[in-house]
Amino acid sequence: MEAESPVSPLPKSLKPSETASSWSSFPEEVLEHVLSFIESDSDLNSVSLVCKAWYEIERWCRRRLFIGNCYAVSPPIVIRRFRDLRSVAIKGKPHFSDFSLVPEGWGAHAYPWIAAFAAAYPALEEIRLKRMVVSDEALELIAKKFRNFRVLVLCSCEGFSTNGLAAIAANCRNLRTLDLCESEVDDFGGNWISNFPDSYTLLESLNVSCLISDLRFSARERLVSRCPNLKSLRLNRSVSFEKFSILLEKAPQLVDFGTGLFGTDLSNEAYAKLSRAFVGCKGLKSLSGLHDAIPTYLPVLYPLCSGLMSLNLSYATIHSPDLIKLLSHCQNLQCLWVLDYIEDSGLEVLAECCKHLRELRVFPSEPYVQEPNVCLTEEGLVSVASGCPKLQSVLYFCRQMSNEALITIAKSRPNLTRFRLCIIDPQCPDYLTNQPLDDGFGAIVEHCKNLTRLSLSGLLTDRVFEYIRKYAKKLEMLSLAFAGKSDLGLHYILAGCKNLRKLEIRDCPLGGRALLANAAKLETMRSLWMSSCLVNYEECKFLGRKMPRLNVEVMDERGHPDSRPDDYPVEKLYIYRSIVGPRSDSPEFVWTISEDSGSPL
Amino acid sequence: MGGSEEVSSVDLKETELTLGLPGEKSRDSGSSIGVKRGFSDTLDLNLGSACSKGNEFDENEGDNRLKHPGAPGPSPPKAQLVGWPPVRASRKNAVKNSCKYVKVAVDGAPYLRKADLELYSSYQQLLKALEDMFSCFTIRNFFNDGKLLDPVNGSEYVPTYEDKDGDWMMVGDVPWKMFVESCKRIRLMKGSETVGLGTFT
Repeated sequence: MEAESPVSPLPKSLKPSETASSWSSFPEEVLEHVLSFIESDSDLNSVSLVCKAWYEIERWCRRRLFIGNCYAVSPPIVIRRFRDLRSVAIKGKPHFSDFSLVPEGWGAHAYPWIAAFAAAYPALEEIRLKRMVVSDEALELIAKKFRNFRVLVLCSCEGFSTNGLAAIAANCRNLRTLDLCESEVDDFGGNWISNFPDSYTLLESLNVSCLISDLRFSARERLVSRCPNLKSLRLNRSVSFEKFSILLEKAPQLVDFGTGLFGTDLSNEAYAKLSRAFVGCKGLKSLSGLHDAIPTYLPVLYPLCSGLMSLNLSYATIHSPDLIKLLSHCQNLQCLWVLDYIEDSGLEVLAECCKHLRELRVFPSEPYVQEPNVCLTEEGLVSVASGCPKLQSVLYFCRQMSNEALITIAKSRPNLTRFRLCIIDPQCPDYLTNQPLDDGFGAIVEHCKNLTRLSLSGLLTDRVFEYIRKYAKKLEMLSLAFAGKSDLGLHYILAGCKNLRKLEIRDCPLGGRALLANAAKLETMRSLWMSSCLVNYEECKFLGRKMPRLNVEVMDERGHPDSRPDDYPVEKLYIYRSIVGPRSDSPEFVWTISEDSGSPL
Repeated sequence: MGGSEEVSSVDLKETELTLGLPGEKSRDSGSSIGVKRGFSDTLDLNLGSACSKGNEFDENEGDNRLKHPGAPGPSPPKAQLVGWPPVRASRKNAVKNSCKYVKVAVDGAPYLRKADLELYSSYQQLLKALEDMFSCFTIRNFFNDGKLLDPVNGSEYVPTYEDKDGDWMMVGDVPWKMFVESCKRIRLMKGSETVGLGTFT
């Protein structure tokens, strides 16, 4: 559509000295050009608040949009405000849906968004969705309606099948990126990959690691051969060992590679071929996959190790001695994801060898077994925190922790920005003193002044929340489980954490009084999730009626909350700010408290 | 917490689910078969079994109300909490070669769940997990003719499954591995509807 000038001219009655300073008569084009350099969404939001003129210009100029909660706003509102978007990112379900806490059918449907964008933004190039339900029909719309479509990222999504992917492959002539990042896909086989036309050569990034079946081999091989810009290729575990050496040979320019199975018996010849293929990938910076890796074959990776910046071994069932050998070659490693097979001994080596490490994630190999199956304790984390000066981001599953260790970590690593600790046994105390871990986590928030994300676990009283209130000024996301003793804890968090955006709580003895006392705070946040807590229905009703710009969603498998006394706790509660009121697509087990009615919708 | 623990465990008793062997007494005997026992000893929260009233928390209670499950002595097998530890489904399968997700429905429950049959090695484990998932409904103990009733509406539930041929069968008839192989979905049926199941073999 033609760009008409949205800026109203200055009223002629105003004397020049009464107008704002000269920028209000600044040529639009110049302002647009200046704004095009601003990338941060929050900065652009600020720009739009300066004055009406800037708001108008910004509406026309904005090309990238991020919607953190698909129910906070609606497609018509987005379309009315922004005239020409090229890139949209939308998030749907609450984070705890990753752990089966959000029932199936809850919502977060992508189709209405895509249909609206198809009509309003035919020039849309990029769609990134996270935790949304995406149907094949939605994918078909994308395939057919956006001429210049380039980037599709579906992170932790579900609801689509390989048929939808076939439509994308067949129709998106300008596709650069197809990333299915941990989505759940109905996999009807690997033939969809054949739908990329022979003339198509633009692929830069393909991540199909979540698919179950093997892609049709010959089609995949030809695709990889004819796409010289392919930089990132992540296969799934169905791809056999020999096959991907062939792929590597055809794509030595790869920067990011996710292998399939890394362990079947190879002949000497096949082994040599694989070796050569890896050596050929001189630019490889990121490696993942390595499913069921057999240690004997790990040496093929050694030539690459010094160039690696990111290594995801969390699907590799390799044990500590072999991990140590591998990691000792990776001096430039910045990001490591690994299973707890690495053990304390492996983490010590990591701390010695990988001085550039910024992010560490240690996942449990046997999460449901109570007894430790490996020797991974708090000591491993202490080693890494002490030894890696650039460490910023930690996700660590373990079975024991102490306040002493947490205090050591906090003091040695004040530059931590993300700290997520999961002690597998709920309410596990300090194993040395049998005390709660309040002081340990308190030290973390006290020393790590730039902490933006925190997950707590272990035995915790309200005291840890006093620390959080006092120190966690930059905290944006907090996750709690089995923690606290009273509503006071919730009050401390809501009253103290100025920058809190997302709060998710499960199985804590927290009631609704703190919510009611801090209702206004909830409007400054994106969302609050509380499940298996003590917020009762009466409190939900009060909150919902008092705060029209909050959607208070109650989820209860036992049926309508009216069928139980008002002082019964609700099963699950999801509160989020929204400018569009209660959603119209709630399933039968979700009730939104409305300000209009006495009872929920 | 001592006092309120008594009260709430009385409430819980009526609604707690068990899957015990024939003739076995309920949780009074300290049997470790009870679903929520391991955890409810340490924390008086209703974890999804929310049929009884919410628990009161005694704020004066010191730390001695908590018995650390790792304390000396054999710990009871822990009930598996939904979504804990917080490991994504795709990652649970990291150390297994395969996963077998089937949808699980309970008559009368508004939403489905998914269960990965590969996580379990016996019917006992599977049914315990199902009890956790659908904690408001009781599941008929198929080892035992004694019927357990759902305290809310007095109906019993029987675990059934749809096999590869599309037939609905009773859970428990075939060896476990064969069941995992052939099961496509699971449905906890209201007892009255199970007449005639599996009779056409």
